[in-house]
Amino acid sequence: MADFQLIDFPPSDHPVEGDSVPDFTRPLVTEEYWEDVPLSALAQNAGSVLLVFYPLNWGGKSLYWWTEIREREWGSDDVAVVGVGISQPFDHQRFIEARDLEYPLYSDPGNGVAERYDIVHDLDGMAGIAEPRPAVFLVDADLTAEYVWVAGEWPESPPYDEIESALTRS
Amino acid sequence: MADPTGSDGDDPTLTLYRLHGCPYCERVARRLERYDVSYRSRFVAGEHSRRDAVKRVAGTRSVPLLIDRDRGVTMPESGQIVEYLDRTYGTGAVDEEGI
Repeated sequence: MADFQLIDFPPSDHPVEGDSVPDFTRPLVTEEYWEDVPLSALAQNAGSVLLVFYPLNWGGKSLYWWTEIREREWGSDDVAVVGVGISQPFDHQRFIEARDLEYPLYSDPGNGVAERYDIVHDLDGMAGIAEPRPAVFLVDADLTAEYVWVAGEWPESPPYDEIESALTRS
Repeated sequence: MADPTGSDGDDPTLTLYRLHGCPYCERVARRLERYDVSYRSRFVAGEHSRRDAVKRVAGTRSVPLLIDRDRGVTMPESGQIVEYLDRTYGTGAVDEEGI
């Protein structure tokens, strides 16, 4: 039997439910264009935001995650579902097109947003590349976290059902 | 889902559709900055065929494209846009090389 081992992430001071999450501005990429959008503006506009920190575009994880999210039809007039990944905007745009996503993706090649949320994942075996560890933050219009999931090990997939009930409550 | 980038009363009324690495677009952006005019900066893809958003608002796929919502202006072509900005937001007496 293959020796299969999950990697534990170290402890983190990421925001938890009831905390304010850090505001940030990054290019928000849609199929048609991208522009700098502060998270706070997005949250005020939509009412609440589900911020999905997801693994590298095109990898198995990102493909599965976004297929699952799309099939579950998350998002509504009251909740904007938005990804955060380290790809540059052109790549995000191609990913959105190829996966037929209705969800916009924040482009954060420097991984600075993950640093501010204390959810950095230094990818093993890829020198010079860091990404967010898998995480989901549901925030209200004032950027207060209503629901938080941060992966404790890698690779780990989101608890979709649990997130879905948080979405339904909000 | 609602328009993710939305818009409300506090938004700048100017939107510049631009391309990464397009000197004509940079020229317009620098003019806007010189006059301290706040604007939204929307980057579109390089290929004409991928610029439906621009086509929809302007009837053309060419960029730079400036939209000045309050004044009801939708304008392509950097030379024309710069002239418009000089006239509307500047002194109108800006030299062409003074970018």
